[in-house]
Amino acid sequence: MHDFYPHNVERVSVLLVAFQSVLILVSLLVLIAFLLYADRKVWAAVQLRRGPNVVGPFGLLQSFADLLKFALKEPVIPSGANKFVFLLAPLVMSISALSAWAVIPFSEGWVISDLNVGILYIFAMSSLGVYGVILGGWASNSKYAFLGALRSAAQMVSYEVSIGLVIISVLLCVGSLNLTEIIQAQRTGLAVWLGLPWLSFLNWFWLPLFPLFIIFFISALSETNRPPFDLPEAESELVAGFMVEYSSTPYLLFMLGEYVAIVMMCALTTILFLGGWLPLLDIAPLNWVPGIVWFILKLWLVFFMFAIVKAFVPRYRYDQLMRLGWKVFLPLSLLMLFIVAGVRQYMLLPA
Amino acid sequence: MKIVQSVNALFLKEFIFSFFLALRYFFSPKKTINYPFEKGHLSPRFRGEHALLRYPNGEERCIACKLCEAVCPAQAITIEAGPRCDDGTRRTLRYDIDMVKCIYCGFCQEACPVDAIVEGPNFEFAVETREELYYNKEKLLSNGDKWGDAISRNIALDSSYR
Repeated sequence: MHDFYPHNVERVSVLLVAFQSVLILVSLLVLIAFLLYADRKVWAAVQLRRGPNVVGPFGLLQSFADLLKFALKEPVIPSGANKFVFLLAPLVMSISALSAWAVIPFSEGWVISDLNVGILYIFAMSSLGVYGVILGGWASNSKYAFLGALRSAAQMVSYEVSIGLVIISVLLCVGSLNLTEIIQAQRTGLAVWLGLPWLSFLNWFWLPLFPLFIIFFISALSETNRPPFDLPEAESELVAGFMVEYSSTPYLLFMLGEYVAIVMMCALTTILFLGGWLPLLDIAPLNWVPGIVWFILKLWLVFFMFAIVKAFVPRYRYDQLMRLGWKVFLPLSLLMLFIVAGVRQYMLLPA
Repeated sequence: MKIVQSVNALFLKEFIFSFFLALRYFFSPKKTINYPFEKGHLSPRFRGEHALLRYPNGEERCIACKLCEAVCPAQAITIEAGPRCDDGTRRTLRYDIDMVKCIYCGFCQEACPVDAIVEGPNFEFAVETREELYYNKEKLLSNGDKWGDAISRNIALDSSYR
């Protein structure tokens, strides 16, 4: 059990951690406000629309206007709903999504809690999000919400399997569950091998583990209920899925939790496959840029992929979703796990 | 065939293709116009808000023949006819259009023998209560005074096709 905690646990003061948490939460929420805007803009641009452009310059303040609107509206609680659980569900969703950020390293040493089991913690927290969905769907006492919740639960559980296997493969390459060490492990790799250490983007895990990178990305889409796997809230079938009965601030919390989870998955993709805060090319002007900038840039890039996928992939049918999860991704990621393990064991390659 | 298909599926061929397609659309110019500030093109035949026109001497054109009332498929027009007090000519005492019922089919302007009732280019006549959309004769005549120029320009533009 002692191994789970960071080594310097006795030196961390409570006040400092609280301050860091508030700082990260605030900057994360501001980042998400703009990511939400970017999401809508990207979607609109692909459909030849302009997207939000009225509130503030270029519509940049749209998310804040939405926030105000949600916060000032009256929350409607259906009379048949279980009131306590109904209000608990969005809290579970948003808090579990937000708490996962405690272990994300934004730059070298910029992490609230340098947990030795960081990735397990993230995995646990993102799995807890499904409770919010199920509780919300059940407590609404509505058939649409309940069906949406059932779908969502099945979907999140089945894609967590392949995400887990992908993560295990990455861990095999690193030999640690600590997110900082996962990034540090990507300092060496293919580029160093080829004798071109400045081409550092070849060092990152996306290249040697390429199929896993794709599997992880697609599973992350499904795990966060993003299109094309947004069955839980498929408008044409379920109105709005598990969120049908929600309005005002509880709805805001659900949306917030969803987007925090999405950005979480973007951050995780960045850390596991795109070298976290490491610079794109390890040459003079680029490696002066602080790591946080690289981290945010890569996060935006992955989020751009998340957003544009929404625009060009049609929604999967439920059976297609399950087939993809259990009959394609599970065997593929298992196979890759065996290959990675075999390569590690018998060829003694660094990655 | 099956092998080609599975290879394509494995390498996400269609997804990669559609990603670049989406990127092309992403950077292409947008179709949306900034509506209240810039407006789209309107055909001269556009059928918007109704207006009752006058002759150049200010005399109202409508002779209360009730053809528009008869042809109106939504039965939105109500006319009461009678002799006018000052010269005894047949005129409308009431000319009401229920703009909520109206389907903007343009039959009334087609039916009118004296080109009195026309549909103008205005489509921005949203109001806050339903009552304001029950147009009476004064409102329609004032519309004719307000939009007369635009309407006659549109009629001139469209005349060669009629």
